[in-house]
Amino acid sequence: MTDEQFDKLFTHPDFQRLVRRKQRLYWPLTAMVLMVYYGFVLLVAYAPRLLGYSLSGGVTSVGMLVGVLIILLIIGLTGLYVYRANHSIDPLNDTLKQEFDQ
Amino acid sequence: MKPLTSLVVVAALMVCEVTMASDGDSRPMNWNAIGMFVVFVLLTLAITRWAALRTRSTSDFYTAGGGLSGMQNGLAIAGDMISAASFLGITAMMFMSGYDGLLYSLGVLAGWPIILFLIAERLRNLGKYTFADVVSYRLEQTPVRITSAFGTLTVALLYLVAQMVGAGKLIELLFGIDYLYAVMLVGVLMVLYVTFGGMLATTWVQIIKAVMLLSGTSFMAYMVLHYFGFSTEAMFAAATQVHAKGSAIMAPGGLLSDPIDAISLGVGMMFGTAGLPHILMRFFTVRDAKQARKSVCYATGFIGYFYLLLIIIGFGAITMVGTDPVFRDAQGAIIGGGNMIAVHLAHAVGGSLFLGFISAVAFATILAVVAGLALSGASAVSHDLYACVMRKGEASEAEEMRVSRLATLVIGILAIGLGLLFESQNIAFLSGLVLAIAASVNFPVLFLSMFWSGLTTRGAVAGSLTGLICAVVLVIISPTVWVKVLGFENALFPYSNPALFSLSLAFFCAWWFSRHDDSPRADLERGRFRAQFIRSMTGIGASGARQH
Repeated sequence: MTDEQFDKLFTHPDFQRLVRRKQRLYWPLTAMVLMVYYGFVLLVAYAPRLLGYSLSGGVTSVGMLVGVLIILLIIGLTGLYVYRANHSIDPLNDTLKQEFDQ
Repeated sequence: MKPLTSLVVVAALMVCEVTMASDGDSRPMNWNAIGMFVVFVLLTLAITRWAALRTRSTSDFYTAGGGLSGMQNGLAIAGDMISAASFLGITAMMFMSGYDGLLYSLGVLAGWPIILFLIAERLRNLGKYTFADVVSYRLEQTPVRITSAFGTLTVALLYLVAQMVGAGKLIELLFGIDYLYAVMLVGVLMVLYVTFGGMLATTWVQIIKAVMLLSGTSFMAYMVLHYFGFSTEAMFAAATQVHAKGSAIMAPGGLLSDPIDAISLGVGMMFGTAGLPHILMRFFTVRDAKQARKSVCYATGFIGYFYLLLIIIGFGAITMVGTDPVFRDAQGAIIGGGNMIAVHLAHAVGGSLFLGFISAVAFATILAVVAGLALSGASAVSHDLYACVMRKGEASEAEEMRVSRLATLVIGILAIGLGLLFESQNIAFLSGLVLAIAASVNFPVLFLSMFWSGLTTRGAVAGSLTGLICAVVLVIISPTVWVKVLGFENALFPYSNPALFSLSLAFFCAWWFSRHDDSPRADLERGRFRAQFIRSMTGIGASGARQH
């Protein structure tokens, strides 16, 4: 690609929209994972007893539920990202590719 | 590929000879395990032969032609992460202290969404064979490639040594094979897979092993749940009744009591995974960014599922293995030590045939992981150092592949040698060190090269080197090495996990040296960011897949 083509692509409204959509998808998700994980680490460090409380009178603890939920949340968030990227970002990307990529 | 056929025979003979050589040992031979392992080895060597016929270009060798599907690559990535260390180690940890074992699983798993959101697609769009392709995209090739290759080789070799020593010990226990033969067997098979079959063979070995391990652990978890009438509450209740620590195993113990140390460990595990060269290399084996994205999604699903199974296996073993005198020696200790818990549980739920299967899977796991490590190390030598730095891109594909195979052989010999040298060393700190180094050397520079237009060659080199030196020095003066290994009274650095500090310093140095770089070259490099940004976002101009 030549410099002019780069300029044209960079200022293309579809490209600007693509970048905005991508950033609005990955930054909040990243922040969420970091908050959940480091929140959990701090909870382990500062309030281990809280995680040891019984969940509903039985042996299973709050911490066990939290651990399993975090695993499921992580799987869910990656699934959500892929779903959103496939459905709302890829079509936009494909039109840009068709226009500029020979 | 005549030589390969004869090598298959030689390797099979070697297994037989090795097993006979140790007949005099006190440990009984496990013929089921050996039989299944020989079948696995023959199968993987047949795959290697098949792959060798399809490995003609550098692209085939480094990235399996770039034509894997997201599902295949996802399984292979999962295979790289669910290593023998995590299968046997995390089960052992849950058996000993319960909940603390879960903390490790979460740290490794939490790295994957970050890799997916921030790294995977950009990496595929910008690079071709190694992650140094991405870092050096708009920077000066020579210095950046040399430091990246240095980081890759350090991480790959340290990780290899840790795996080799662990493998030797494990095989000694599982099969009754002598340590020397065990390490040599792993080394020889690793070199065979990589030199003949390249990334295609390495990936398929990894996929087969991942499927075997996932099905094996699924069966174990099912049998454990069956034993407890499909009630996890009953399983936890039984575990707390028989465990010495009682109900304390349902809550975090003393593992992460210091907040700074806990965060530092988390940083190391999360960003270390995103800096492991053999993992980063996997993103170049798929067609495009979309497949790279899919492969991480599959991988995260498989890894998460595996860790959920490990909770059941670890806590189930507390009752099913812990209370059974069959698995304890005369002194009441677990036969073979804590790392054998998962293997004993396999015996308890599936008899000696399933025990053989799980033992063979544990060995297969090590083989698959070391092959990937050797390939990533070899590609740093042949692609980054030889083809790009020494020959300035003038080397032919045949020459580059010859160097790559030679490098694999040297890495194999080094790994065997170091494995023998470190036999009696405490290798626990090595595995921690590997992740801390990967998080400090590779991750900051890789991240900044993709996200910050201001990064210059000077900043990238300074960041890598600072991360490496800082991580190594902090590990040496930490309590783990300074006090426990070197025998000094007080550690100079109070925390066991250096990643928080070494990673931050690497980021700072990369930023500071880039900021104060006012050479004309730096201006050009900053100016090239926009073109890189466009390609990283859209994939326009990215290197595509070769059709087979």
